[in-house]
Amino acid sequence: MAFIAAVTKRSSIARGIKRPSTPYLLLIPGLAWLFLFFVYPLINLASTSTQTPAASGEIGAYVQSFRFANYFDAISGAKEQFIRSIIYALIATVIALAISYPLAYAIAFKSGKWKNLLLVLVVAPFFTSFLLRTIAWKQILGDQGPVVTVLRFLHILSPQAGLTASAFAVVTGMTYNFLPFMTLPLYASLERIDPRVLEAAGDLYANAITTFRKVTFPLSMPGVVAGTLLTFIPAAGDYINATLLGNPRTKMIGNVIESRFFEIVDYPTAAALSFLLMAAILVLVAVYVRRSGTEELV
Amino acid sequence: MANKAAGTKGDLRLSNLTKAFGDFKAVDDLSLIIPEGSFFALLGPSGCGKTTTLRMIAGLEEPTSGTIEIGTTDITYEKPYSRPVNTVFQNYALFPHLTIFENVAFGLRRRGIKDVKDEVTKVLNLVELGHLADRKPVQLSGGQQQRIAVARAIVNRPALLLLDEPLGALDLKLRRQMQIELKWIQTEVGLTFVHVTHDQEEAMTMADTIAVMNEGRIEQMGSPVELYESPKTVFVANFLGQSNLVKGKIEGVSGSDLQVSVHGNRIIVPAGRNFAAENSDKSVLIGIRPEKISIEHSEANTLGDGRISDISFVGVSTQFIIEMPWGQELTVFEQNDGGASHLQKGDTVQLSWKPEFTFALDGTADVDAGTSVNPEEL
Repeated sequence: MAFIAAVTKRSSIARGIKRPSTPYLLLIPGLAWLFLFFVYPLINLASTSTQTPAASGEIGAYVQSFRFANYFDAISGAKEQFIRSIIYALIATVIALAISYPLAYAIAFKSGKWKNLLLVLVVAPFFTSFLLRTIAWKQILGDQGPVVTVLRFLHILSPQAGLTASAFAVVTGMTYNFLPFMTLPLYASLERIDPRVLEAAGDLYANAITTFRKVTFPLSMPGVVAGTLLTFIPAAGDYINATLLGNPRTKMIGNVIESRFFEIVDYPTAAALSFLLMAAILVLVAVYVRRSGTEELV
Repeated sequence: MANKAAGTKGDLRLSNLTKAFGDFKAVDDLSLIIPEGSFFALLGPSGCGKTTTLRMIAGLEEPTSGTIEIGTTDITYEKPYSRPVNTVFQNYALFPHLTIFENVAFGLRRRGIKDVKDEVTKVLNLVELGHLADRKPVQLSGGQQQRIAVARAIVNRPALLLLDEPLGALDLKLRRQMQIELKWIQTEVGLTFVHVTHDQEEAMTMADTIAVMNEGRIEQMGSPVELYESPKTVFVANFLGQSNLVKGKIEGVSGSDLQVSVHGNRIIVPAGRNFAAENSDKSVLIGIRPEKISIEHSEANTLGDGRISDISFVGVSTQFIIEMPWGQELTVFEQNDGGASHLQKGDTVQLSWKPEFTFALDGTADVDAGTSVNPEEL
């Protein structure tokens, strides 16, 4: 009893003086994590991006000299890969959307008792390693693989032509690898739609196509936006697919950053490119979210 | 977008309509005519087939057999979007991404009407929500959403407006108000309303004609007064209001009256109010509504003395539960006009009523049909 009284008294004092601090206390672990593993490295990276090689000439030694021209040098050396990254990521996102939308739609509205099994199947590839799955595409698209065999048989592909080590293979790999990130948010937003709203559209003279255009699709926009962002952002920075499935002419910005960092040990350029990529993605995403007008739907 | 049934008007005619889900017949050989311009209610407990019937009329379910016609046009297999029928859905089903104005304009736009402003404004004013045109559905209260759902449907001037438990989600007070409002709107726009409900009071307040449904069939159809005063089956007698049903045996006929022996008492039932089918052992159930029984005056029909086992005060009336010598408990409502206020639990009272209030039902029927409806299930 005394304990309860004490608590009541304390909480009433707290209410009188300041708001309860528990919610803020709960934020601490997250904030600490975010600071340690995001904010601090980011500051570090920003600092690295304007450094110049140390006078000693030792490899990997750099000193801060606030050389912002690093950014200009970085981009002028990697313009092609930069643009290619954005384009590949865009194509992969569009294809992933085209594949995922009907899939998510079918799971949400037509799958009945198979719903959970299908959802597990969507996520199932994650049970094996990202690297292995990507390497598997080498086999699938390889000259002895099923895709090439069929395409050659249909004379779509000439007997000499192949599919591996090409832009096609890179985009295919990216589409495949990021597909669940598209499907799951789409499914979540489609599944949330009240079927009676769709019936109401039919009742109000909208046929199946109009119902989709005017009701289903607009209501699934939060999923479309979330899915495209979750696909586009990692795809734009990806380098595994380009490394394993591409050729020297399909290098992406991720490959450049990787080689600058690990091979050439040119930390300032790698850092500057990372920042430029981040800025480009942020701008694109901001424009996209604004244009899609989904703020009020979420 | 013009649909072929657009100009269709006339009575709604359901003929031998059946909907089976596997072995279960949700709607079983249902035939009825709903006259143009009437306010018709399909009333029944959950699972009685009323909603399935409505969905078939709306085109959301395909009948297993039978036909649906409006006037002379057969719409049985017409797609929902090409029927001159609009629905007010149970939870309103407003489009969450559209403004109130666009919600109401939706049907007009789908029919290719470009200038929708006048029509939409008019109907929004009819439901007194013109000032909310730019809001989104989530910003409206339940009652307001309900009115928008009605507005969205009636703006299309359908031959038929279907209402699927339209007031189910509202609280009691708002429901009462909306009942009156809906009735008023129906008179104002002159459309045929088909209203599905499990709430007998709601059906009686609004509808001109009520069809009481049970197990996929119509038990009885008629005006609210007809159904209440002369229920023809035990189900209707119990589902619509309350009834006291007591087993008896037909002793004979004198003039236009039936003489029924009920636990040793002679009860007179006007022959025209005997709805029981002839049966070999001449058993009947005699029925009397609780408010028709008097414990103050002495009338021609009497069941003798009973003991008050419970009294509950309900405001305008007091409800007495009377235990009869043969163990059955009967219900009596007495107006709170001072007459019965001295009565207490355990008192002995005599039950009697005027013969013309008595009705007689099939003696072989289950006395409890239509009583054990759990409102939580609905």
